[in-house]
Amino acid sequence: MGIFQMTRTVLRNLAGGPDTRPYPAVPARTGPFTRGHVTIDPATCRSCGLCSRRCPCEAIRLDKEEKVWEIDRMRCIACGDCVEGCPFGSLTMEPEYFSPVVEHVVESYTITYVKPEKPAKKPAEESTGAKEEGAGESA
Amino acid sequence: MSKRIVVPFGPQHPVLPEPIHLDLVLEDETVVEAIPSIGYIHRGLERLIEKREFTEYVYVAERICGICSFMHAVCYSQGIEEIMKIEVPDRAHYLRTIWSECSRLHSHLLWLGLFADGMGFENLFMRSWRLRESVLDVLEDTSGGRVIQGTCKVGGVRRDIGAEKLAEMHRALDPFEEQCRDLGDVFLNDDTVKYRLQGLGVIPKDEAYALGAVGPTVRASGVAIDHRETGYAAYGDLGFKPVVETTGDCYARCAVRVKEVYASIDLIRRAIDQIPEGPLDVKVRGTPDGEYFSRVEQPRGEVIHYLRGNGTKHLTRARIRTPTLANIPILVKMLPNAQLADVPVVVLSIDPCISCTER
Amino acid sequence: MTVNEEQTIINVALDDLTREVEGLQADGYRLVQIGCTDIGGAYEVNYSFDRDYQYRNLRVTVGPETEVPSISSLYWGAFVYENEMHDLFGIPVTGINIDFKGTFIKTAEKYPFSVTRRGGDQCRNA
Repeated sequence: MGIFQMTRTVLRNLAGGPDTRPYPAVPARTGPFTRGHVTIDPATCRSCGLCSRRCPCEAIRLDKEEKVWEIDRMRCIACGDCVEGCPFGSLTMEPEYFSPVVEHVVESYTITYVKPEKPAKKPAEESTGAKEEGAGESA
Repeated sequence: MSKRIVVPFGPQHPVLPEPIHLDLVLEDETVVEAIPSIGYIHRGLERLIEKREFTEYVYVAERICGICSFMHAVCYSQGIEEIMKIEVPDRAHYLRTIWSECSRLHSHLLWLGLFADGMGFENLFMRSWRLRESVLDVLEDTSGGRVIQGTCKVGGVRRDIGAEKLAEMHRALDPFEEQCRDLGDVFLNDDTVKYRLQGLGVIPKDEAYALGAVGPTVRASGVAIDHRETGYAAYGDLGFKPVVETTGDCYARCAVRVKEVYASIDLIRRAIDQIPEGPLDVKVRGTPDGEYFSRVEQPRGEVIHYLRGNGTKHLTRARIRTPTLANIPILVKMLPNAQLADVPVVVLSIDPCISCTER
Repeated sequence: MTVNEEQTIINVALDDLTREVEGLQADGYRLVQIGCTDIGGAYEVNYSFDRDYQYRNLRVTVGPETEVPSISSLYWGAFVYENEMHDLFGIPVTGINIDFKGTFIKTAEKYPFSVTRRGGDQCRNA
């Protein structure tokens, strides 16, 4: 019967509630591998430069003498190539999407990795390896 | 003696997902001639090949279009693999097939929603897009991105789908298929939809073949061309028959896509059942030297990537011919004798994806 | 079923082009695409045809200002590719059935794909 075909759908819609999420009041739905933005742990970076070479957009810049690692958030497409390529695991992919900004921002981090001394002659004490994180957190 | 006036359609129009311009020559509400014009979002992506190495160009190829993005990456990777004679492992082929079919599902559900909106049936538009959200959730959970997957690369795939996730997808397919069939029922059997679509924009079989149209547009006129029959990726093992209708009007084009949704669900189910174990990728050594035409079936038709390398890390030419470019002549032939109020429905029935057309 | 797909490339001279295309049309091939590649100082125009997944290409090498005859009298849908070729590369094509005269793809710079040949900027990483 044609008239009552919609009844099932109408009842399901009434009982179900809204299907949408009031983002940004509520955080967006993310999965386990969602690609949002890239973060670095400066204490473990050994300035090999692989991330900078692998980046397809040339968003990462590394200065070995100054010990500075910069990422241009506006160029980064969150593809994850740098995260895969880092041999020391200093880069991670966070699931939150980087929110829009009004001015061009290039984030800089000071690399605080200190090479541990070789315990050859006498047991050298290891420096604390820098517990403080680099400058600036992502929005 | 009736006068002729020229009405511009687009680039800004509520039914168009992307900008295309048509100059319609009207005689008292009936279209007599239509002249297309494109170029509003030309990004020059073909020239970007001079700047990006061949392994990095996959990311550019993915971003040519947001709806059919995974299959652009597959087509490009296949082209490079044929030039360099790389054998991709079987598990990577099956994973590419599963993601391609999920991509096709989400594209067809998006089109069904837009088509319903073009007809004025907004409730159906909302229902189609709500179903599409479950497909996008699956794509995000398995690959990391809702529309840009970023998992295909030259030599294989970057990421695996675990066995529990595959079993979960398999279980979720049955209730999903039931909801898709409910939706398809409305498109195929509802009286108002049939009254609106039947007899509109009829193209007979020989003319469709001679005009060089591709995809569901030409399969609705009775020509059985579907590149999944050539057996690239895992389609050779899974077996596939194209979905064909014979009437050649807008109703047939809608019916072909609804039936392709059912066929895709079946393909995903069989691919999950038969997926073999094994490595995911192969290391790429060397640089491409040679040329190849790589062809893949996208939701809108046949896409061709022509790639040419000369032994360096940068290719010399990447020409991408997308299906909507081949469907513009048939659109120009469909529009004469349509009423002005039916023009949005006819334009949408070829599934225009203009951002692909002008890369 | 898996269909065996083969691709063949045949080089033809510019004068034989129309005759070869007529032969392929009589055989039942459909036009797939017309593409253009920039090799050094000349252009290679590639006409692709297909029937039952068998792929045939006719290749014509032309200089920068050589006129190419249109095949739109045989294949009505060829006007899309020929106008695009003219707008992006600057190859003059004569006798197209719907000739847009340079307004099919409107770009800020005329003939953008021939810039490298004319000694302009390579693709900028701006």
